[in-house]
Amino acid sequence: MLSGKTAIVTGGSRGIGKSIAIELAKQGANVVVNYAGNEQKAQEVVEEIERLGVQSIKVQADVANEEQVKEMIKQTIDSFGRVDILVNNAGITRDNLLMRMKETEFDQVINTNLKGVFMCTKAVTRQMMKQRSGRIINVASIVGVSGNPGQANYVAAKAGVIGLTKTTAKELASRNILVNAIAPGFISTDMTDQLTDEQKEGMLSLIPLAKFGQPEDVAKVVRFLASDDANYITGQTIHIDGGMVM
Amino acid sequence: MADVFDRVKEIIVDKLDVDESKVTLEASFKEDLDADSLDVVELVMELEDEFDMEIADEEAEKINTVGDAVDYINNLQG
Ligand SMILES: NC(=O)c1ccc[n+]([C@@H]2O[C@H](COP(=O)([O-])OP(=O)(O)OC[C@H]3O[C@@H](n4cnc5c(N)ncnc54)[C@H](OP(=O)(O)O)[C@@H]3O)[C@@H](O)[C@H]2O)c1
Repeated sequence: MLSGKTAIVTGGSRGIGKSIAIELAKQGANVVVNYAGNEQKAQEVVEEIERLGVQSIKVQADVANEEQVKEMIKQTIDSFGRVDILVNNAGITRDNLLMRMKETEFDQVINTNLKGVFMCTKAVTRQMMKQRSGRIINVASIVGVSGNPGQANYVAAKAGVIGLTKTTAKELASRNILVNAIAPGFISTDMTDQLTDEQKEGMLSLIPLAKFGQPEDVAKVVRFLASDDANYITGQTIHIDGGMVM
Repeated sequence: MADVFDRVKEIIVDKLDVDESKVTLEASFKEDLDADSLDVVELVMELEDEFDMEIADEEAEKINTVGDAVDYINNLQG
């Protein structure tokens, strides 16, 4: 379905990003696995992808660092000649009550989760405009739609990503670059493992489908948005949350 | 001089799909050549590739006419 295409997945070394990277590879795409510090994990994903019979490279880059992001895009084009799909997935949490939240906690999350999306999008747009085609899929979060106590920084960033998605979709539509966001609910990964059992039970009671999502549940929606089946969808935010927010 | 203008003209005709005769040094991209903001950004990208240079965003924003682009390139190469 995606053979001959090149995808970049930021934060592709673990969790949801890893699952997305593998799903796109299964569809035949060559995949660039971006990571921040965890080279070992990134290498494992690259090897798993190569076993699927497509090509993969890992690239370390802080998504909020313009130079590093430019270098990542350059390496991608040097290796594969094009960029068809960008999945802005890299993200972090620094949870705290607003009254206790430090400026650094706010800034770190905005930098990685919001500015990172801006940087990577800006950097791939040149190539996608030349190609007259491209797909950008931004991983937001359901809390960016609903709000969530203890996550002022994270929610602000994710709501920002949804707004950025809509604007980018409008700016680039004439060049056949489609931009959408996904808003996962509670997905079992390292990120959500940090929560206490009490917090997890509290979340569970809010989910109509009464279970947590798996990274694969998210990856399959990304696969759809990256495919020709989604040719007429842009600027949308797709909820993948077991019905948590309607 | 003419050389740069000719190469710039060729790119404009190709990218904006306009008649060659309309591409004069005085022609404004947006007013006379029917380009929108994104077209201008794209043109600048093409010029960067053609002339193997980088035009900073602040400089690119000052390029409004064909002559602006030609001058910019000539100054850089001169
Ligand atoms: N899990 C959920 O329930 C849930 C729900 C809604 C939305 N999301 C969103 O889904 C995305 C992935 O979450 P996850 O749960 O899979 O997280 P995760 O397991 O903690 O993985 C985070 C990934 O992002 C990378 N990363 C972190 N900071 C980076 C930076 N500055 N530059 C480049 N890469 C960076 C990490 O690389 P290293 O391995 O090198 O550290 C890792 O690959 C995030 O945007 C998150 O906000 C998650």
